[in-house]
Amino acid sequence: MIEYATRPVTPHTLVVLMQDHPGVLNRVSSLFRQRGFNIESLTVSNTDTPGISRMTLVVDGNTTNVEQVQKQLYKLIEVTKVTEVTHEPHVSRELALIKVSTTGNKRPEILQLIEVYKGVVVDVGADSVTAEITGPRDLIDAILGVMRPFGIKEFVRTGIIAMARGSAN
Amino acid sequence: MKLNGARILCESLMREGVDTIFGYPGGVVIPLYDVFPEYPSLRHILVRHEQAAGHAAEGYARATGKVGVCLATSGPGATNLVTAIADAHMDSTPIVAITGQVPTTGIGRDFFQEIDTTGITLPITKHNYLVRNVADLARTIKEAFYIASTGRPGPVLVDIPKDVIVSETLFKYPDTIDLPGYKPTTVGNMRQVRQAISVIKEAKRPLILAGHGVIVSRAYDELKQFAEQAQIPVMVTLHGIGSYPCSNPLYFGMIGMHGHAHTNLAIQEADLIIGVGMRFDDRVTGKLSTFAPKAKVIHIDIDPAEISKNIKCTVPIVGDIKTVLTSLNNELPRFEHREWMDQIEAWRADRREPHVTIDDSAPIPSTMPIKEIYKRTREPAIIVADVGQHQMWAAQEFPYDNPATFISSGGLGTMGFCLPAAMGAKVARPEATVWAVAGDGGFQMTMQELATLVESRINVKIAIINNGGLGMVRQWQDLFYDKNYVAVKMYQPDFVKLCSAYDIPAKNIERPRDVGAAVDWALATPGPVLINFEVQREENVFPMIPPGLGLGDMVEGSQPKTLQLT
Ligand SMILES: Cc1ncc(C[n+]2csc(CCOP(=O)(O)OP(=O)(O)O)c2C)c(N)n1
Ligand SMILES: [Mg+2]
Repeated sequence: MIEYATRPVTPHTLVVLMQDHPGVLNRVSSLFRQRGFNIESLTVSNTDTPGISRMTLVVDGNTTNVEQVQKQLYKLIEVTKVTEVTHEPHVSRELALIKVSTTGNKRPEILQLIEVYKGVVVDVGADSVTAEITGPRDLIDAILGVMRPFGIKEFVRTGIIAMARGSAN
Repeated sequence: MKLNGARILCESLMREGVDTIFGYPGGVVIPLYDVFPEYPSLRHILVRHEQAAGHAAEGYARATGKVGVCLATSGPGATNLVTAIADAHMDSTPIVAITGQVPTTGIGRDFFQEIDTTGITLPITKHNYLVRNVADLARTIKEAFYIASTGRPGPVLVDIPKDVIVSETLFKYPDTIDLPGYKPTTVGNMRQVRQAISVIKEAKRPLILAGHGVIVSRAYDELKQFAEQAQIPVMVTLHGIGSYPCSNPLYFGMIGMHGHAHTNLAIQEADLIIGVGMRFDDRVTGKLSTFAPKAKVIHIDIDPAEISKNIKCTVPIVGDIKTVLTSLNNELPRFEHREWMDQIEAWRADRREPHVTIDDSAPIPSTMPIKEIYKRTREPAIIVADVGQHQMWAAQEFPYDNPATFISSGGLGTMGFCLPAAMGAKVARPEATVWAVAGDGGFQMTMQELATLVESRINVKIAIINNGGLGMVRQWQDLFYDKNYVAVKMYQPDFVKLCSAYDIPAKNIERPRDVGAAVDWALATPGPVLINFEVQREENVFPMIPPGLGLGDMVEGSQPKTLQLT
């Protein structure tokens, strides 16, 4: 989207709890599609409470009305709680796997950089190194930038999971 | 007691107070129909097309506030219901749609008449269910009725596979509902109620815009008390018609694209808009950026997602209209807005139709049959309008004082709605005189239901406002497309002959002098009747806010003027 490029992205992070009925993810994605909400990332998994799933959603506040997103999510019968954590103290993490080309004797340099970014080497091949990085979104973006000149053979990130700091309510 | 799914469904429906099912059988629901004779208190009305079953359920619901029920088989039966479900979704109408599904073992294998019904209806239902286990059936029906009828009402679909219909389990209807994610707010926040009162206190030119929510919440008395206590003029949306007595001095008519001119002028001058159970739909606001430029907005609605969706609001109050208005009324002082009311009254008086003598050699003016129907039909009366010019005229001329007497398809604007919806309304409220006011176009979309009227002895009076084609589309082509009339003139059957095939008494009326007598004839004739009123061919509905423009751009007269579409 052109608008996207010319305007800065303001990511809003929402934590959504919902009953894990069949089709509930379909309801969420159908809602986003129908109302034209832009999803930056979406992760979902089960929780410690049986029957309840937890979703972390990142939407771009510039292209999407975040208040409407929350209210429309609440209208889904199976959604029990929606919390926006963007403006609260919270921890957000993402996991990425990155496979970098090591041709041209660059391996020591790459290994050093991985260490700087607190990455863990999970695989070493004849002409590549694969690292696992965990951290906030920016950190993943940063290491991606640093590794790009060496040649990225493969890259995958999970999307953000987030949690408010302090005591749970 | 062990019962099969079919009987569990019937038992559950009876416990929800259902007395009527509008339906149509087919393969997978035959075992359900098989048990109907055991439940004589559930009246099954056999329609001629499933869409009509859906609209009839809507008509039933709109006329009573109770949940309407429709039933269809899998595949084409279910897809035929889709339009009506979407209509109910847009107009917040509580219906429960029950569809048969292929056996669970067949689902996903493109079985004969398999269609992903819950997938198709996901975005047009408030909620839907695929019942995979007969043990879940009773609970699902209980939840479906609860969800359909509470909060902001809407359609709920329950898809039941054939094996679930025939397999047995112990039947026990649950006493309680466990829906942790569904807790509609009904009581308004008191801080916001007080804030609203202080905003009302400051207002010099306030307006109440009353919508469907008032009728859904049965808040007529509360709205009247609110308006009278605060002396605030009341205007209504299309679906708000009937929420306020038309003869009350505070009542000023309908707003919106074809609303009364004085209401749209008032909105543009108002310094406070109080939206009560309405959603600032585009047909009400016109171009958003120019809507009510001088006004603060108090918005009362049960659906939090409506607050600030279209119009930025100063004071939101989320809650049930009846409850919120009661808390407002409890704390509201008396106000006076004499000058403001006089101003609106003056705008209205300037536009009173001059008394014209109707030329009997000319064709019937389009609004004449509608006016005569209103004049000659004693309450309780229910007017069900279809979609098009006649709908807007029926809305503009609405005169009654009793609630919930105007029913129409607003949000979806579904042509063909009126005959089946009128059918449902009449079944629900047999004591009322029910008129289906249809266009010649829309009538032909669901006229197969004439057979249902006869077969099930449903006394609906039908008036076709026949302008020889698709009047509303022709109006747009006239005003915005240089009179380039394409696909709007229609060949029509002889409606009187058509009715004679069904043994329905019918008349063609072509002269103004016969209109009144024809209406009286329809009212005096037992059972369903039809009058085909041949009206003027090229009348337009005014006032009109041209699409995409603002309330300030209202076109009032019938001056032939080409306008630019934006
Ligand atoms: C199912 C459906 N198809 C198309 C339309 C678009 N449409 C809106 S009004 C109208 C003309 C209706 O003609 P008629 O029923 O004769 O009523 P009139 O406007 O002439 O009073 C049409 C085609 C619609 N609203 N619904
Ligand atoms: Mg017509």
